[in-house]
Amino acid sequence: MGRYTARRLLQFIPVLLGTMFLLHYLQTISIQLNGNPVRALFGDREPPPETLAAITRSFGLDDPCLSQTGNPCLGMFADRLVGYAQGDFGIDFTEQPITDLVAQTFPITLRLTLIAVAFEAVVGIVAGVLAAIRKDKIIDNAVRISTVLVISVPVFVLGVLLQIASGLYIGVWLTDAGAPEWLSAAFSISYQSEHPWASLFVPGVVLGAFSLGFIARLTRTSLIETLRADYVRTARAKGLRPTRVVGVHALRNSLIPVVTYIGIDLGALMGGAIVTEGIFNIPGVGGLVFLSARTNETPVIIAVATLLTLVFLLASLLVDLLYAVLDPRIRYD
Amino acid sequence: MTDHGTGLDTRQGPPPGDADAGQVGAKERSASLWADAWRELYRNPVFIISSVMVLAVLSMAAFPSLWTDTDPERCLLAQGFEGPSAAHVFGTTVQGCDMYSHVIYGARPSIIIAVFVTAAVTLIGCVTGILAGFYGGWTDTIVSRVTDIFLGLPLIVGALVFLALLADRNIWSVSLVLIVLSWPTITRIMRGSVISVKAQDFVEAARALGASNPSIIVRHILPNSIAPVIVLATLYLGVFVSAEATLTFLGVGLEVPEISWGITISEGQLIAVNQSVPHLLVFPCAALILTVLSFILMGDAMRDALDPRGR
Repeated sequence: MGRYTARRLLQFIPVLLGTMFLLHYLQTISIQLNGNPVRALFGDREPPPETLAAITRSFGLDDPCLSQTGNPCLGMFADRLVGYAQGDFGIDFTEQPITDLVAQTFPITLRLTLIAVAFEAVVGIVAGVLAAIRKDKIIDNAVRISTVLVISVPVFVLGVLLQIASGLYIGVWLTDAGAPEWLSAAFSISYQSEHPWASLFVPGVVLGAFSLGFIARLTRTSLIETLRADYVRTARAKGLRPTRVVGVHALRNSLIPVVTYIGIDLGALMGGAIVTEGIFNIPGVGGLVFLSARTNETPVIIAVATLLTLVFLLASLLVDLLYAVLDPRIRYD
Repeated sequence: MTDHGTGLDTRQGPPPGDADAGQVGAKERSASLWADAWRELYRNPVFIISSVMVLAVLSMAAFPSLWTDTDPERCLLAQGFEGPSAAHVFGTTVQGCDMYSHVIYGARPSIIIAVFVTAAVTLIGCVTGILAGFYGGWTDTIVSRVTDIFLGLPLIVGALVFLALLADRNIWSVSLVLIVLSWPTITRIMRGSVISVKAQDFVEAARALGASNPSIIVRHILPNSIAPVIVLATLYLGVFVSAEATLTFLGVGLEVPEISWGITISEGQLIAVNQSVPHLLVFPCAALILTVLSFILMGDAMRDALDPRGR
């Protein structure tokens, strides 16, 4: 256990540095191909060169290597890493520290992610279990068809379609029927700060839908596999009730890959939040990136992308460590 | 996905009609894997339907004029977002162009990107996967660590960072970033597959007969380890169609003179809700969903046919 943890932590360092460098290099090449992103601030107007230079410097984009296409700008990368380590992620075009922006918006994204995870885990596992214990029956086929459908619909398409459905039809119908305010908020087309949980319900469902399909399939396959195991047959032969055999003996063992997937997904959902929060106008971290991409706020995009990548990497690391706790066999590899 | 009907063939060996296959040894059996898979596929209704839909979309991308005579670029702003009528079967877009012709012409950029990116990542993934899996040692360590690094970057986040800073984006810049960020998955699958094939007896036998490494790779390893990659590549076609549309919708993919489903959906999004004209979204979304769905169903059917244990 100790050795596994130590090895996994040691491996994490080069991956972390490498991924950070990859992200840095993608931006560097983009800026080198494209020229100074600060120009975009001025639109069609030609700014005085001194102003442009001063602003460029204040965003740390004045390194001469940014004009040499292909140059990896290692010096700049090192400076950035030092800044990140000290909690300095730069400032946006209105000179607010980006860490402040993220701190304001993060709680909303966290709530959205929690709703998404709760939805995908509960519905996904229940659907997967039902499909597995009724293999090849109607319910199994229904689950399999609907999971393929859910996996095939891109998140943003599901988002805009649910937005018209709830905005044009369900929301109007609920208001007409005199439903309580929180219920109409749950089907409104955008975020309402008076209903911090309810108005995130539909976006959370949209965000979790893709993984829901995946979790249902994973639970189904894994449980079918486990139900064939000898110890399940023994449990049945002892005369245990089917609910106990499935719920206690089989399900607990077959949920290990599902738990792993949900853990990794926590990080991935942060990326998906960019799309969902953009569509539903939610002022979270993803919404911040969405707006910045439309207004070309380079420093915000870079800093938030870095933070999202860090969250993703840490989530996968934690899952790997947790995996060793859940499944003792992994320690002896 | 597809258990109904013909599921038994691959498990029970070849049917009586096929006398040659499966008579002796592992080599014969592995050759008939493809024949078995094909026999199962063409009897599988899901595979047939999804291939017909894929062919339809491919023909839209290659010869849009087969499907419509209307010029998608002839638009009248005054006729913006009208509902379906005799003149415009699917109604008109926000800019007053014919929605049906936009749906047809919108297939091309998505399909070009999906096919090009899939071909490139399959090639890169196979080469690096074979190098890592076959030679092992240092090559394997380097390739595996590099794939770890690339997989640490979520696709949408990485693509967004590169594309958002780029002023003129086109099909090739979107393809490039998708290739750079997606090859490692294919490498991992190929590496695992090569390692399991490499341990089998017929590879040992070929080596004992004096075959060189390149000839073992080309004649024995590659044909026996490529099946999972082909399945994944089919699924990837759908994934990249969806990724292109997502990036375009986020405003960092293709841009306006281009006609693409992502652009049509993104233009229609606000107006559809505010002016209650759902057809602005329904038709382009349906085209996109059906395309992605066909590729995914096709990939699923192929997975079932090629790997009977996976059911």
